[in-house]
This record gives sequence, structure tokens and C-alpha cells, in this order.
Amino acid sequence: MNRSAIDLWVGVFVTMGIAAVFFMALKVGNLSSFNSAPGYLLEARFHNIGGLKARAPIKSSGVRVGRVESIALDTESYEAVVTLRIEEKFSFTRDTIASILTSGLLGEQYIGLDAGGDPTMLKTGERIAKTQDAFVMEKLIGQFMFNKAAEGGGGK
Amino acid sequence: MPSQAESGLAWWLRRVGGTVVDAIVRLGYASRFAAAVLTHSGSAFRRFPLTLREIYFAGVLSLVIIIVSGTFVGMVLGLQGYDVLERYGSSEALGVLVSLSLVRELGPVVAALLFASRAGSAITAEIGLMKATEQLSAMEMMAVDPIARVVAPRFWGGVISMPILGLLFSTMGIFGGYLVGVKLIGIDAGAFWGQMQSAVDFQRDILNGVVKSLVFGAAVCLIAVFEGYDAPPTAEGVSGATTRTVVASSLAILGLDFILTVFMFRGLGL
Repeated sequence: MNRSAIDLWVGVFVTMGIAAVFFMALKVGNLSSFNSAPGYLLEARFHNIGGLKARAPIKSSGVRVGRVESIALDTESYEAVVTLRIEEKFSFTRDTIASILTSGLLGEQYIGLDAGGDPTMLKTGERIAKTQDAFVMEKLIGQFMFNKAAEGGGGK
Repeated sequence: MPSQAESGLAWWLRRVGGTVVDAIVRLGYASRFAAAVLTHSGSAFRRFPLTLREIYFAGVLSLVIIIVSGTFVGMVLGLQGYDVLERYGSSEALGVLVSLSLVRELGPVVAALLFASRAGSAITAEIGLMKATEQLSAMEMMAVDPIARVVAPRFWGGVISMPILGLLFSTMGIFGGYLVGVKLIGIDAGAFWGQMQSAVDFQRDILNGVVKSLVFGAAVCLIAVFEGYDAPPTAEGVSGATTRTVVASSLAILGLDFILTVFMFRGLGL
């Protein structure tokens, strides 16, 4: 094996490695959508966020418009403070409603934004006033059973 | 009668003690050898053609086995994953299952196990035979340090090759999963790639996989060059050293993988 053949094959090998890194970064991972748009931050407060996690998607009409930046607890009001990072090209009205939804039956939770008709737009750092908490199965079942019991009691 | 029992016990204790002392002496020798390889690694980069040659032997020649096994592992993951995911009606998550299991665990670990058997054993046999045929002693006679000339380039050649091989294994595995999932079974290609992209994080998953590959590469190459350098200079000694390289590096890979996984993915809520 002479020198130039070894150089050629090592060059092919390293090039394949670099191609694999690019494939991983762009096709498998989400580096492209992550760095291109830094976006702006909004804040939303919820009484219960359910299983929402940081980096969960934010969708409007099913289209991804950003990601959850961080989740914290306000120790004064005991509300969950969720910071949303919205991509620069999307802007939302001041009366937008943020709700925590679940994709599919067992899917991950995400934040859905429903824009209203207010002419002024939300700017960075502002808070989404209207929010809807996560759907908690136990509470719903509890409520359902309570209502059933009330119905049964009323019928007698 | 009691004296016989006592001598039996003493014999047993002596054997245990001897094994432990031998193991510690060998560990100390291996650590000093590792330090020597690292201090002489400057020459592996000053005379880079030597290292390039070892990248060729350790990396390029392992390409075929890595690519073929990667594709097949990915295809099997696709079939088995679909079988389970279909029961829960979430077969679109196949891309997530295939990519995360490959990028985080199977890619680095299986590629390193294959690398240990394909390249590690070859390195041990080569260095062991060089020692048995007194080529290493001849180099010392010519005032050429065998660690700088023979050992360090092989070590660094393997360390450089291993992350590339691990990445290629994962890439081919994901391609194999794509072939089975999308082309054979008929999952929607958009869902396959889209769910994968939203689940795989470049830093947390892919870079951690590369770090794992690097650590495994360093461990395998260190064991391989040490076993070769330490092999008894006989045919039997070299064959025993080759076996020990494969066994020890496989165990080291699996043990290190557990430790690295604990540090990398602990407390992430996964």
C-alpha cells in the first residue's frame, strides 16, 4: 500500500465522517431549526401545567411557532410561569389564548396559541393574559363522578 | 488431620493473595504504560503519515463491517420496533425509537465492540508479533523508541477512527430503519423524519454519542496496545494476548457505557 492510496482512502473515510455529522445535525437532529431563528420571549401563567416540559413545542393551528424555554414556579401566587420562545416571523395579538394540549392519546404535551382580534401585538417579555390549564385526567373523572352522583341524588 | 486442613486453607489463601497482587502489579504496569503512550503521543502528530497509516488500517478497513452491521441493526430495530409500537397505535414514532436507540447507545457500543474485535485484535497481534520477532528490541538498539514509533501512532489512529465509525454506524442504522419503516412497511416518511427531528437533540443525544465513541476508542486502543506490548514473546503468548484484548475491551466498553450513561442522562426525566 503506497502513501497516496492511503491518503486517498483516509480522505474518503474522514469525508464520510463529516457527511455523517451533517446528516445527524440536519436530518436527524434539529440543529437547523434551532439556530436559525432566536425569536422573542413571552410569558404565560398556568395553575397547572400537567406534564409539560421545557423544549416542548408551541403550536398555532397545528403549525410549530416556537418552543418552551423554561418553566418556573412563582412562590407568591403558586402559579407555574412558563417562558415561551416564539420565532421572530410570527407575532400574536394581545388577546391570544394559550392552552396546554396533548397530541394524541398518549402523546407529548404542547402549548397551543389561539390568536384573537386585538389590533396590538404582543412584544418580547410581555405576558399572555388568557390561559387554559392542562387537562388532568383525575380531576375530570372526579368531576364526572360528582356530577353523576348529583344527578342520581336529584332524581330520587 | 487439622494440619492438612490448615495447609489446604493456606494454599487457598496464598492463591487468592497471589492473584490479587499480580492483578495490581499488572494494573500499575498498564497505567505507567498508558502514561508513557500519552507523553510520547507528540511524535504521533509530528510524524502524521505514521498515524495516517494506522487510521487506514483501523478505520478504513473496518468500514465494511461497520456499514453492513449498522444497516442490519437498523433494519432489525425497524421491524421489532414497529411490531411493538403498532400495538399502541403509534407506529409513526418508529423514527424516534430507531434514531434515539442508535445515536445514544447502539451506535457507540456496537461499533466499539466490532472495532475491538476487528481492529483491536489486529493491533495486539501486530505488536505482539513484532515483540516476538524482536523487532521492538531491534528498534531500541537503533535508539528508536518503540512506544513513539509503533505504539503511539496505533493508539491515536484508533482514537481518531472510532468516533467516525460510531457516527457511520448510527447513520447507516437510521438509513436501515428508514428502509424497513418507510419503504417496506409504509409508514409516512414525513412523520418518520419529523418526529425524529423533534425528539433528537444535537447536543444531548448526538454529541454525547460521539463522546461515548471517543472514550470507548481510547479504552479499546489502550487495552490493545498494552496487551500487544505485554504479550509473552511466543506464538501461544500472542494468541492469548489477542483473546484477552477482545474480552477485556468488550467488558471495558460495557462497563464504561453504564458509567457514561449515568452521568449523561441522569435526571433528565427520561
